[in-house]
Amino acid sequence: MNITVKVDGTSYTDEVEPRTLLVYYLRETLGKTGTVVGCDTSNCGACTVLLDGRSVKSCNVLAVQADGHEVTTIEGLADGETLTPVQEAFRECHALQCGFCTPGMIMQATDLLATNPSPTEDEVRVGMEGNLCRCTGYHNIVKAVLQASGQPASSGGEQA
Amino acid sequence: MSDAATEQGRDRARVDAPLKVSGLAPYAYEHELEDPLFLVPVLSTVATGAITGIDAEAARAVPGVALVLTHENAPRLALPTIPTLAVLRKPRVRYRGEIVAAVVADSLETARYAASLVRVDYAAPPSGPDVRLDPEDPGVRPLRRVMGVYPGQHTVGDVDGELAGAAYRVEGHYATPVNHHNPIEPHSMVALWHADLGPLATVQPRSTRLTVWDSNQGVVAPQGVLAGAFGLLPTQVEVISPYVGGSFGTKGMPHPHVMVTAMAARKLPGRAVKVALTRPQMFAGTGYRPETRQRVALAADEQGRLRAVDHEVFAPVSRVIPWVDPTAGPSLSMYASPTRRVSYRAQHLDIGPGTFMRAPGEYTGMFALETAMDELAREMGMDPVELRLRNEPEADPESGRPWSSRHVATCLTEGARIFGLEQQQQPGGRREGEWLLGMGVASASFPQMGMGPSLARITFTGGRYVVSMQASDIGTGAWTVLAQIAAQALDVPQDQVEARIGTTDAPYAIIAGGSTGTFGWGSAVVEAAQAFRAEHGSDPAEGATTRARTRMPQGVRGVRRMAFGAHFAEVAVSEVSGEVRVRRLYGHFDGGRIMNPRTARSQLVGGMTMGLSGALFEESYRDPRFGHVVNADLAGYHVAAHADVVDIEVGWVGEPDPWMGATGAKGIGEVGIVGVPAAIGNAIFDATGLRLRELPFTPVKVLEAWESSGPAPAATVR
Ligand code: FES
Ligand code: FES
Repeated sequence: MNITVKVDGTSYTDEVEPRTLLVYYLRETLGKTGTVVGCDTSNCGACTVLLDGRSVKSCNVLAVQADGHEVTTIEGLADGETLTPVQEAFRECHALQCGFCTPGMIMQATDLLATNPSPTEDEVRVGMEGNLCRCTGYHNIVKAVLQASGQPASSGGEQA
Repeated sequence: MSDAATEQGRDRARVDAPLKVSGLAPYAYEHELEDPLFLVPVLSTVATGAITGIDAEAARAVPGVALVLTHENAPRLALPTIPTLAVLRKPRVRYRGEIVAAVVADSLETARYAASLVRVDYAAPPSGPDVRLDPEDPGVRPLRRVMGVYPGQHTVGDVDGELAGAAYRVEGHYATPVNHHNPIEPHSMVALWHADLGPLATVQPRSTRLTVWDSNQGVVAPQGVLAGAFGLLPTQVEVISPYVGGSFGTKGMPHPHVMVTAMAARKLPGRAVKVALTRPQMFAGTGYRPETRQRVALAADEQGRLRAVDHEVFAPVSRVIPWVDPTAGPSLSMYASPTRRVSYRAQHLDIGPGTFMRAPGEYTGMFALETAMDELAREMGMDPVELRLRNEPEADPESGRPWSSRHVATCLTEGARIFGLEQQQQPGGRREGEWLLGMGVASASFPQMGMGPSLARITFTGGRYVVSMQASDIGTGAWTVLAQIAAQALDVPQDQVEARIGTTDAPYAIIAGGSTGTFGWGSAVVEAAQAFRAEHGSDPAEGATTRARTRMPQGVRGVRRMAFGAHFAEVAVSEVSGEVRVRRLYGHFDGGRIMNPRTARSQLVGGMTMGLSGALFEESYRDPRFGHVVNADLAGYHVAAHADVVDIEVGWVGEPDPWMGATGAKGIGEVGIVGVPAAIGNAIFDATGLRLRELPFTPVKVLEAWESSGPAPAATVR
């Protein structure tokens, strides 16, 4: 099938098989390997991208479903050398170790802050729950998201 | 020079962060190569037996399929030293999930589809398979040694006599389940067999025959294994692994897919062959933390001084590789006692082998020992910190050697003060609605093993110092810390130093394992920096270069080196659902000198978070007929997520250890996970009066414990 998708600001038209997942279209056809695959059950969130501005797990979307839509991947966030506030905060707060979950975390945080610009710490924890970090940097990731929202990060959230 | 003052100076952001936050760090599979092929393995569906036939016709007929590899057409290789790697050699199966074939095609979808068409027929063996764990099985055997270095049987003094006549005595049976590492990056690899090198190339030691992009804890392991199997010199196998997406032990030794992918590449020269295992494939064939059944008995005198430590371990071992964790390790060295007994028994089964997983042995054994210590403290009505302080050993109880340094007492007392440890005389008295609240403590330790020297090279070029060695950064921050150590030792600003690691094109280094990376690699870097300055002075010529190796102080064998810590947990337990929430975790550590507070902190917090995850959620269930794991993906194997982790903090003593080489640092990658489940379990007791001795602490176990212990939570103190 023929699809036309705008990815990170560039329009692409490609022939894809109906069974091709969006994540493999991005990685194998377009070479956008910044979006990675961590599971087969849509649990880990490593493959998170924005589809028309909202986060989706791209291992859970068929490439053909993106036809006529706009996709933003981790590679399309920065403006040249200039990182977005979320990327900058992840770097600054040491919100990564191996970094494999990081692209998905950053895309999810980007969507979270777009819909809720000043989340509470608990809203961050719940909003990021679909993204797993096994290393596991949850603590610093929450701090990074709060910092990116311009709020100071305290420690501790609401209880139980 | 105060260590605290310099700590600030060492607090650095990671040098790899800009690439990682931009999606530009190339992991193994993410290296872009011309026209690659995709490999999908086919796994056995039986545990043991002979393969009587493989029908690959339908798979071969799928357009786009380049190769179906089976034992019938696989290249003949030398017998590998790691038994799991002997794959596609013989028509037989040793455990369920062993690779029995592989399909290579021009797209991943095609390879997956074709792999589903491969038909394998098996003949069942006359008996078996043996896959059921049973401590009473007649085949259960005592072990003489564990992991080559620990005694399998060890007795000092009259343990039974002390237990019989003790003022206080506790005894419990503990169980820990199978855990899987589950790094978020799957095991991945790309193999390229170079074509058309001409006949002479084979004999030239420097001409690369095989290039491998791989996800591992050290490039030497796949290099050595592949060179050995294919009859090449190590220098003819190039391994490139700049970024590794997590490991926790599972990428320490190569697994069967490495062999199979290299074999496929051998048959398809000039084409890059890529593989990324799926989660179920990872559960089947990349190792795990084996389950344990343990018995711990402690005896103490009136003052709470231990008179006996008795620790028995039962575990399964794979018939393919007899891997057993040194689970009783903590009982050998944590506490002083005039009598002590440690013994291991194992049952050989037709299952895939276990392997190192973050703090192997120490993690499972410390759960039992530190839960038992809490039981003893309760039995005596003594403060749990005080009980531990009374049993601090002057020297290593097992070997009698002096400690290189040991700050357990500081970790316990400082940690208790910072955390605000307050336990209840009578459990069950603190509540908020349906939630019962409690606090607990447990100690931690992890041995610092010498894994042999590493080499580091420092070269001055283009106005910068380049430090290179084979080290892998599995997420620990080696890229950052090694450059930092070099900058400090050379006395230059950090931006004048660049690390080059994660490639075989560098001086030899040991693998990142056993928490040895920073001190082992780091002291090689310090030695190289000092030698560099001695040889080339402070104004070196372009191209000046020096190599040096890890050096440990004279007499290091005469001391016992361990990292230590103490964990404090506050939990809330729902009397309605049985759910356990960890509200706060605090860890105070003795990790020698802290090289970079930012990377160190995240190693320790990461370890503690994984400990929390193991305490509450993680369990792989074996199928009783085949021995494989049935919940083999992240939907069925639960790990902690953001909302499970509320408040985790760490602190440290920060005292350099003179016996750890030039850095004075102890390894901290593993000690953070050790003891966390015991601290949480002890807090659950404080909250509810329920003593849970089996991991993980699921709601079902909590409710069952309540049911069997009577109606009212507060009335269940024993
Ligand atoms: S790859 Fe895990 S959710 Fe998409
Ligand atoms: S940084 Fe490794 S999985 Fe999150």
